[in-house]
Amino acid sequence: MAFTFAAFCYMLALLLTAALIFFAIWHIIAFDELKTDYKNPIDQCNTLNPTVEKVKKIKRVKIALKLVLPEYLIHFFFCVMFFCAAEWLTLCLNLPLLAYHVWRYMSRPVMSCPGLYDPTTIMNADILAYCQKEGWCKLAFYLLSFFYYLYGYVEAVSSDRRAAQHGSV
Amino acid sequence: MSTAGFNSQNGTGTGQTYANGPSQNPVALQQLPGVSYGMTNQPPYNPVQAKAPAPPGPGLYPAGLYQPIPPVSSYQPGPPPTSYPSSAGQPLLPRPPMGGHPSHTPPQSASPSPGPRMPMPPAQATPPPPSVSSSSYYPNPQQPMTPAWQYNTPTPPLGPATSISAPPMGPVANHVNPAATLAGPSLPSSASYSSAAPLPPPPNMSYSTTQPPGPGMPPTSLHGYTQPGVAPPPMNPMAPHTYQGQSNRPAYGPPPTGPTPAGPPPTMKPTSFPTGPPVANATPPPPKADAVAGNGPQATNSYNHLDNKMAGPTQPGPPGRHLGHYPSLPPGYQNTSAPHATPPIHPAMQAATQPYTQAPQPYQQPPGGPGPAQLSPSLAAMSLQSSTPEALRVVNLLQERNLLPPAPVPAPTPCLTQDLQKLNCSPEVFRSTLTSIPQTQSLLNKAKMPLGLLLHPFKDLSQLPVVTSSTIVRCRFCRTYINPFVSFLDQRRWKCNLCYRVNDVPEEFMYNPVSRSYGEPHKRPEVQNATIEFIAPSEYMLRPPQPAVYLFVLDVSHNAVETGYLNVFCQSLLDNISSLPGDSRTKVGFITFDSTIHFYNLQEGLSQPQMLIVSDIEDIFLPTPDSLLVNLNESKELVQDLLKSLPNLFEKTMETQSALGSALQAAFKLLSPTGGRMSVFQTQLPNLGVGALQSREDPNQRASAKDIQHLAPATDFYKKLALDCSSQQVAVDLFLLSAQYCDLASLGCISRYSAGSVYYYPSYHHQHNPAQVERFQKDLKRYLTRKIGFEAVMRIRCTKGLSIHTFHGNFFVRSTDLLSLPNVNPDAGFAVQMSIEENLDDMQVVSFQAALLYTSSKGERRIRVHTLCLPVVNSLSDIFAGADVQAITGLLACMAVDRSVTASLSDARDAMTNAAIDSLMSYRQSVLTIQQPGLLVPACLRLFPLYILALLKQKAFRTGTSTRLDDRVFAMLQLKYQPLAYAMLMIHPALYRVDDLTDEGALNINERTIPQPRLLQLSVEKLSREGAFLMDAGIVIYLWIGRNCHSNFLTQVLGVPNYAAVPDNLYLLPELDTAESQRTRAFIGWLRDQRPFFPSLHIIRDESQLKASFMQNMIEDRTESALSYYEFLLHLQQQISK
Repeated sequence: MAFTFAAFCYMLALLLTAALIFFAIWHIIAFDELKTDYKNPIDQCNTLNPTVEKVKKIKRVKIALKLVLPEYLIHFFFCVMFFCAAEWLTLCLNLPLLAYHVWRYMSRPVMSCPGLYDPTTIMNADILAYCQKEGWCKLAFYLLSFFYYLYGYVEAVSSDRRAAQHGSV
Repeated sequence: MSTAGFNSQNGTGTGQTYANGPSQNPVALQQLPGVSYGMTNQPPYNPVQAKAPAPPGPGLYPAGLYQPIPPVSSYQPGPPPTSYPSSAGQPLLPRPPMGGHPSHTPPQSASPSPGPRMPMPPAQATPPPPSVSSSSYYPNPQQPMTPAWQYNTPTPPLGPATSISAPPMGPVANHVNPAATLAGPSLPSSASYSSAAPLPPPPNMSYSTTQPPGPGMPPTSLHGYTQPGVAPPPMNPMAPHTYQGQSNRPAYGPPPTGPTPAGPPPTMKPTSFPTGPPVANATPPPPKADAVAGNGPQATNSYNHLDNKMAGPTQPGPPGRHLGHYPSLPPGYQNTSAPHATPPIHPAMQAATQPYTQAPQPYQQPPGGPGPAQLSPSLAAMSLQSSTPEALRVVNLLQERNLLPPAPVPAPTPCLTQDLQKLNCSPEVFRSTLTSIPQTQSLLNKAKMPLGLLLHPFKDLSQLPVVTSSTIVRCRFCRTYINPFVSFLDQRRWKCNLCYRVNDVPEEFMYNPVSRSYGEPHKRPEVQNATIEFIAPSEYMLRPPQPAVYLFVLDVSHNAVETGYLNVFCQSLLDNISSLPGDSRTKVGFITFDSTIHFYNLQEGLSQPQMLIVSDIEDIFLPTPDSLLVNLNESKELVQDLLKSLPNLFEKTMETQSALGSALQAAFKLLSPTGGRMSVFQTQLPNLGVGALQSREDPNQRASAKDIQHLAPATDFYKKLALDCSSQQVAVDLFLLSAQYCDLASLGCISRYSAGSVYYYPSYHHQHNPAQVERFQKDLKRYLTRKIGFEAVMRIRCTKGLSIHTFHGNFFVRSTDLLSLPNVNPDAGFAVQMSIEENLDDMQVVSFQAALLYTSSKGERRIRVHTLCLPVVNSLSDIFAGADVQAITGLLACMAVDRSVTASLSDARDAMTNAAIDSLMSYRQSVLTIQQPGLLVPACLRLFPLYILALLKQKAFRTGTSTRLDDRVFAMLQLKYQPLAYAMLMIHPALYRVDDLTDEGALNINERTIPQPRLLQLSVEKLSREGAFLMDAGIVIYLWIGRNCHSNFLTQVLGVPNYAAVPDNLYLLPELDTAESQRTRAFIGWLRDQRPFFPSLHIIRDESQLKASFMQNMIEDRTESALSYYEFLLHLQQQISK
């Protein structure tokens, strides 16, 4: 058997982490755009005019903000997978982030719909800066874990193979 | 608008009138006292109009008319220039013109203070040719419109020529005001002036001499009111001054520390001398006059003053003044009397090297005496090395108790050169917590004081220059509007003061309408006024300007009918229906609700209003979408019928439920196509349908609860709805009249995020609570008639390196520097926290610009721009010297409100105390050179601990005392939303003794004498049983009658024979014909006139129920749960010296 459950988990995590990296980048861009909106010289005086470009941008920002919950779910999902595969070390590495996600979602502002960001406070410089920092940290974490999963996957597959070889010999 | 202004330069235009000219010379203006009437957004005022009918040649005329031409702006400074110096409340100035031109007062310009508050009916305001209104956007003929809007031009076009850069050099006298233009040549020349013609010209308009001929002029003459021959007489005298003023202008760049050696222009002297210390202090100066005098600590002045002080020790002056403050004090004040005997050693006497050594000196400067306090900045400017600025004089709070100035504390003046300061924005409109901006964030962190701005951007101004121009000159890069603080590199280029990039001066900006000269862009009104309004051309609109739309959403459940508010509301609206701001497009609508939603079909043609009931509150729909919002003019009778019958309609209702959420949704649907204002009247907790709320307050926990819960909204329904409203340009104003808990924390969101306002009348009842009824009536009247701006946005720009951290107020933040304000009203204040992102190393000054783009009720797009300039400093002592204690308190209050919602109330309280401790500790460690025992603070912060203590005891933040949750939340909303001047009264009420009012030092406004008693400290020891005391706490005024009050006061003012006969629930002073009664009433009336809302008066004696709330405002006293002022100081000292 060349392909254990652990190897499968790693492979899945690898793919999902790629997606998460993508989410994180989107997140960073979204907040950066929110922050630097005013530096856009194109939207001249007519601040009221949502030009086509602006609308597009707003949509992008909105989508990015909506990605929060999927991100959390994906992360939760492969944590569960690692748990099932008994990859304890990997799980431990991911637990802090999982806890952070849970805490973050518990302490979200009062909202009737799922979501994390309150449009009325998001522009506060502190919150904006926090969210940006959060984005960068996550990006770094996901990048590192991407390579870790890659390593884990190779390791899992090759150890299988070794085991298989040993067995055959 | 099209005016080739420069043409006049070309010599063809004989008296090419830049009519509005003379106003720009501040010096000259100062000499002309008084015209404090209405602002300018009034078309008829536009002097330029006069010119319209005067085509230079028939052939050319059309060219001017249709505007293809690059227009120079026609500048309309509204009220004649003369009004310049007279700030609204100028007590000293009788306002003759006011009477002269009643119909002139533009509806929007409620005069700030004692003047008539109500806007006049628009119709009278402007009698223009009706024929003009051919365009649908401007059904109101009175609008001066800008022909530049293509869609607006009723006539065939000469005009696609939009290019501005190609000025027609033709001799066209096209100073044509759009309105006039449209009116066309058919009008006699006097016609365009007609609005003014029938009325006596304001006596002190400087051009009044030329005016009379105006109306009579033959149509051929070229100019409005300037006769060809007479041309510039009014201007001439001023020209030299202007030049003088200008000559100082180059001093622009130089560091603020150097006062112009040249001194002020000669004309300044007369004005500045009187402010000298002896005079100013001799009599308790009226606060207003004071402020004015104080606004110009001129160089001369300060020298003067300094000299005085130098002569100091032997001079009886200062000590005399000092003692002068005390007579009203009860004896036994710790160290007041003794020290006074010792001759004061003034700081100026101190050796330069030890600027602070005089700290412990017992001598007290007259606290807050107008002279020194205001001089400080210029003193500081002169030389920090040679003497300590007054603001930094060290005060030991533990020894000096009597810190309150005799009159309201004036805003400190930034330490700028005189030229800049003269141009700077009024502190009433734009104020910074630190008038000297630290160079780096680390310096700011060291000072431990919040950096922020407090704005009152839409304040009713008595005079406001309005510029009509086809191109509004702005920086190409950062879009800053050109302002007085830009620098002109040469005639063709200017350097933005926010981004420091160089821009070209557009061709038409070269022409100066004020002096009617060419090539002096730096004398344009835009560059001479820190507060200015532009009529925006069409690029500033996304859609045609919306009409004024008012929708009233009324609670008619049983509870509401019980309170009887419907009668008052309907009556007020009936009375004011013709003064609602708006034009011929104004629309109104009504919705009532209990457990169902009732709509009213008011379509023109119906014989009586039709009520349509929608009972499906889960899925609300509009029964007849077209006829629910109707044109007010067309359906006025139906509206009046409805208002008359409405109170009776629900008289017998037994419906107790309230489906507020659905009603709001319905109202939103109704308003969303146009935008507008929604006024919601609610009397109970909404308990049905969407947005239903539960009672979250446990009355038994009010006093004992360790931490106050439920300050945050329970649901986001109202917030989400408010955001929807905001995106559709709908603002929601909430009137809450309720005796029970209504969960204002949740309901308030509807107004908070849609830029509305909240009014709260606890325990409103038409019989049991007449004081509330009166307040409600007066507030409603103001609310209905005040100026209003629709579909507004406000952007705050600041010099590169500074950035905006947080906004406070009612709005939705659309971008880091952009606020979306569906409606903006003149009573709304905003606060902004700033941070310093990049070091401001090589900058002498920084600027802040707030630009408010809005649609006036007349359907004009306008931009109001305020620019504030502040010096940059790099030492902590300079930062402390420039601290504005009131602004700091206001900003801290806003921050504390946020903190108590996001964290907890106790957190917020701690944060406020820490703010005081940190900044004073920083002062002690970094600025004070010599350490002494005691609580040492700089003079400019001497009130800081008191204000912090006052905040801790304010309704919003107090603990331990029973406070209803709604009251608390309302106080929080107010702190964030009120302009600083009113918020300060809520924080630290003013206490006056009124049984011995005299005319000494009284103000004189409109023939009324307003006595000016001095401010007393908020301590019971200031009260005496023999007296009567007035406490002004913002929205409520208490008159406390001592048990042994002079019978004279009782009989002459209250009209009762003795103390026992004072009725229990007295809320009105009888109008007796005695001097005492008149004085007291004049004083109370004056206090009320100073604010846009109506404080109710409660006359209380020892037994009254309200005595408790009166006593709770005694901030300096100890209560069961809170420290006294002295204890608080000890606490601070202990923390600081730790």
